[in-house]
Amino acid sequence: MSTPTERTTGSTEVKHPDGKGIGLWLKLALVLLGIVLLALLPQVLSRYYIILMMPFFAYSIALLGLNLLFGYTGLISFGHALFIGVGAYSAAFLMRDGGLEYMEPLILLSVLGAVIVAVPVGLLAVRYIGIYFGLLTLAFGMLFYSFLLKFYSITSGDQGIRVEKPILLGFIDTTGIDYLTGPFYYYCLGLLVVMALVMWRIVKSPFGLTLRCVRDNSVKAESLGIGVYRYRFYAFLISAIYGGVAGVILAVSVGQVDPTMSYWTSSGNLVFMTLLGGFTSFLGPIVGAGAFILLQDQVMSLWEYWRLVFGAILALIVIFAPSGLMGLLTMGWKKVVR
Amino acid sequence: MGDVVSILMSGLFSAAILFLVAAGLQLVFGVMKIFNLAVGSFYALGAFFGATLVNWAVGEGLPQPLFFFGLLIAGILLGVIGPVIERLLRPIYDRDEAFQLLLTFAIVLMLEDITMMIWGSQPRSTGSLYLIYGTVNLLGATVPVYNLLVIAAAGTIAVGIGLLLSRTAFGRVLRAAADKREMVQSLGVNTRRLYVIVFSLGVVLSTIGGALVIPVTATMSEMGVELIVEAFAVVVIGGLGSMRGALVGALVVGYVTTLSINYYPPIEMLVIYLVVIVVLVIKPRGLFGGETA
Repeated sequence: MSTPTERTTGSTEVKHPDGKGIGLWLKLALVLLGIVLLALLPQVLSRYYIILMMPFFAYSIALLGLNLLFGYTGLISFGHALFIGVGAYSAAFLMRDGGLEYMEPLILLSVLGAVIVAVPVGLLAVRYIGIYFGLLTLAFGMLFYSFLLKFYSITSGDQGIRVEKPILLGFIDTTGIDYLTGPFYYYCLGLLVVMALVMWRIVKSPFGLTLRCVRDNSVKAESLGIGVYRYRFYAFLISAIYGGVAGVILAVSVGQVDPTMSYWTSSGNLVFMTLLGGFTSFLGPIVGAGAFILLQDQVMSLWEYWRLVFGAILALIVIFAPSGLMGLLTMGWKKVVR
Repeated sequence: MGDVVSILMSGLFSAAILFLVAAGLQLVFGVMKIFNLAVGSFYALGAFFGATLVNWAVGEGLPQPLFFFGLLIAGILLGVIGPVIERLLRPIYDRDEAFQLLLTFAIVLMLEDITMMIWGSQPRSTGSLYLIYGTVNLLGATVPVYNLLVIAAAGTIAVGIGLLLSRTAFGRVLRAAADKREMVQSLGVNTRRLYVIVFSLGVVLSTIGGALVIPVTATMSEMGVELIVEAFAVVVIGGLGSMRGALVGALVVGYVTTLSINYYPPIEMLVIYLVVIVVLVIKPRGLFGGETA
């Protein structure tokens, strides 16, 4: 058995998210089209589907962060729901006990909460990779889960806490309009676009390149003078910030926070979404979040055993299509073009 | 005195069950290097199937005192799912650990629902059957004989595994395969068959654990996903892949659980995870990490 700080098994043949696919302009056009479509959805779809899609924005933002860790830095976290939970509960506490009504300070303070948790957790966890990193993050996630569940007087245990609808941009509140499908929907869309742009800058910067170097050959990175732990820690911190933002959005769109948000299977589902969409592609996780939510709704309405279907889908992806839906799309596209 | 003995015995009981499941996890990780998140689901399967088999056998008029063996048989019979699941895992032996972990997570999702499909969400139990062995008085504490049987069975299995690994030819091959699979293969050992045997043995250990716990509780739909986090704590404390680690880790987690349930229940899981984190910080590879099987 090798030491936990070395890669133990052979690496995959999967290409990591830096390969060139279809042309840049076409990509840009597709992304813009996607944003326009998302913006038009509330005009087209029924309220049921809009409400169903609300967690999509939260998961998309969380997965952008998670994939910085998984796809770009090569660390698999089985406890990332911890940061969604911290963000969501911070927002719930701030509103219930702090009387805070405005969205922007809520996001900032909840992100601060996520950072405060992420610093000690990250400092410990980034010393390990592979299975040990996965298990340590799982342990921290479960630690937070059991705190939420058992400290009833603070967290209301498994009943959770009701979350009110905060005032957006200082003047949009719930009077006279459909808050969730109206202003809040566009607020989330805007937030997703901004956070995706920031993440795009991060992964394309020298910093992002360094992370990939650490992922592919940490020994070489070290010998080039890169502080491997330090860079892993930065990636961890950024992913926690994204998780915190996602938690606030999720709390408001669901209107309720409860401990299962941080349970280890929730973390597992986040990794599932990332893989479903394709961790080798920048937008893959966002596609994965959307596909997961829609698929879950469809399968659940047909058959109560949706986890059996999802387990089978996950197994098929892991075995046959490790680069996920985006990988399949790119492959299909290349065949069409040729 | 009675209180102390009673805490000692109930800690030992939960340690015995945890050891069986964790041993299944360790055996598979030690030899195949796969951390199998699905052991919790095997444990749940063992519990449901054990309850069903024993209730059926008693209904058919088989002598009640034999039910302990019925549970063991239930666990062993479930070994048949071992080769099936091992076949599913085979394509990813040479892949990154992240994918191995995810595939076992996929198996968790599937087994959870398969268990629900077969048994529904109604709790199953064997009623008060475990009391037919009576109770004994140990220094003022009343302990069911059944609990002592389970502790003895787990102890016997622990010794058995120890002897198997250290004293038999098969054990030597196993330890060699855990160290260097290619080498063992090139020496003419059929490692493919070896993996099937090891994985099935791991399944049986976990299902026996689940079957033996059922007389003192009842089955619950979430018992599998809940147990995996405890079994996980056991092996991380003890050290991944080490059998001695599984034993020590099970005792630590068993007693931590029992003590906190007795004195301050809310902190039960918190304390377990604090121990896990402290161990990982001080000895990253667990108390017995780095040992082979």
